[in-house]
Amino acid sequence: MNFSRIGALIQRHLYLYQRSLPRIMEIFFWPLMDLLVWGFITVYFQRSNIGLPPFVTFFLGALILWDILYRAQQGISISFLEEVWSKNLLNLFVSPMRPCEFLVALMSISVGKMLTAGTASALLAWIFYSFNLFLVGISIIPFVLNLLVMGWAIGIISMSMILRYGQEAEVLAWGLGFLIQPFAAVFYPVSVLPAWVQPISRMIPASHIFEGMRAVLETGEIPYQSLMKATLLNGIYLALAIVFFYYTLRVVKEKGLLIHRGTE
Amino acid sequence: MTGTRVIEVNNLTKSFGEASALNDISFSVEEGEIFGFLGPNGAGKTTLIQLLLGLMTPTAGEIKILGMDLIKDREAILSQVNFSSSYVSLPTSLTLWENLLVFAKLYGVKNPQDKINSLLTLFEINRLKDSLTRNLSSGQLTRLSLAKALLNSPKILFLDEPTASLDPDIADKTRTLLKAIRNESRTTILYTSHNMKEMQEISDRIVFLDKGEILACGTPDEIIKNFGEENLEDVFLKIARRDVVRKENTQ
Repeated sequence: MNFSRIGALIQRHLYLYQRSLPRIMEIFFWPLMDLLVWGFITVYFQRSNIGLPPFVTFFLGALILWDILYRAQQGISISFLEEVWSKNLLNLFVSPMRPCEFLVALMSISVGKMLTAGTASALLAWIFYSFNLFLVGISIIPFVLNLLVMGWAIGIISMSMILRYGQEAEVLAWGLGFLIQPFAAVFYPVSVLPAWVQPISRMIPASHIFEGMRAVLETGEIPYQSLMKATLLNGIYLALAIVFFYYTLRVVKEKGLLIHRGTE
Repeated sequence: MTGTRVIEVNNLTKSFGEASALNDISFSVEEGEIFGFLGPNGAGKTTLIQLLLGLMTPTAGEIKILGMDLIKDREAILSQVNFSSSYVSLPTSLTLWENLLVFAKLYGVKNPQDKINSLLTLFEINRLKDSLTRNLSSGQLTRLSLAKALLNSPKILFLDEPTASLDPDIADKTRTLLKAIRNESRTTILYTSHNMKEMQEISDRIVFLDKGEILACGTPDEIIKNFGEENLEDVFLKIARRDVVRKENTQ
């Protein structure tokens, strides 16, 4: 693993973000919009005294954590697309950079995006709704790390699909996360889902993370079992995603598709 | 030619299902040669370049570059090789300097600042170093791409139609520069172009591909003589239209 090459690729993306307002907006705009809409809805529910659980805490917490997962995924898939859009992919693949270095660089960019968007969301939630995400305490860290890893796995899969099928598969960079969201118990517990969907939901690491977060907010205790399940599933999915990436790279090289991805 | 062989291709075949893009070809390139790839569209030139750069895996055969196996020693080979194509760009939101710095680090260039400055001067784009790449003309972009390709002082340089978007003056300067680089540092240059005059002028040897097979390999003069033509363009036309003539004769 050559860290200088990893650093070079990260630097290339920092240069890009440094002077691209649309790309900076992309990190902040949607989290801000979500936070405003959902924030006001939850404030409305709370003031209506409907007698439901503490919505503000649940919804805003879920919203911020979901955005962490989404940004982590986009940190990989959109950064990869940047190389396709700028027709720079071939320059990278004919350089001595190894595929694992490419992955590590994209994962590092994803951490940066996640930290920036997460901090901004948490700060805005605190300013607008006096919601302190860190009320959950230090236990927030393993939850966030799990979401980050799940975001990586989804990002690597969508990147592999784009590598294989070209810009037709570009929609996956935005849509794949949302395809999972209804089954991931983000805003509601797994028990709300139809019985036949619940086993599917339990195979998704995010379900255990969001269930765990709600448990922390309700009881103040960390549900270690949920955390363990999420970590185990994430480990498996990340490994499978990396294997899928290497397999796709092999297929793409056999079929001679890299040149198309690099010049299309 | 009796120099060191830097590229050895043995019985190389690339098939896509039933279709064969390259069929059992063998050739070698020696150190310091400017070696041209020529052939009509669909002849297998792009496939061959992709195979030599490790962007594609062969169906059969062997590629040795700088005495190493391309599949096993990919990293060691690619750090001593570079590539420029008129169909590939550098990120347009970065300045010239930033782009070159990123690639200098990717190639592990020592003293990257000095190297970048010398290349910017060589290609006469020093005054543009802080300009965004998107603001460059096509000629300036080609020069930037060539500067990137020389960052690691490559032993082998792959150039895919490097003068395609240049005016005759800049194209001529580029060819002169490439010859000078070859003469000074013994860099081997693999070159593709659809400009026959350019190929005749710059290439020491040419491999003529057609339908995935080597039709001829030799100096431009040898090839022209073998086909009984006046120049490389006539040879090209003869080969490209051969099937049409054959079909007409059959009918």
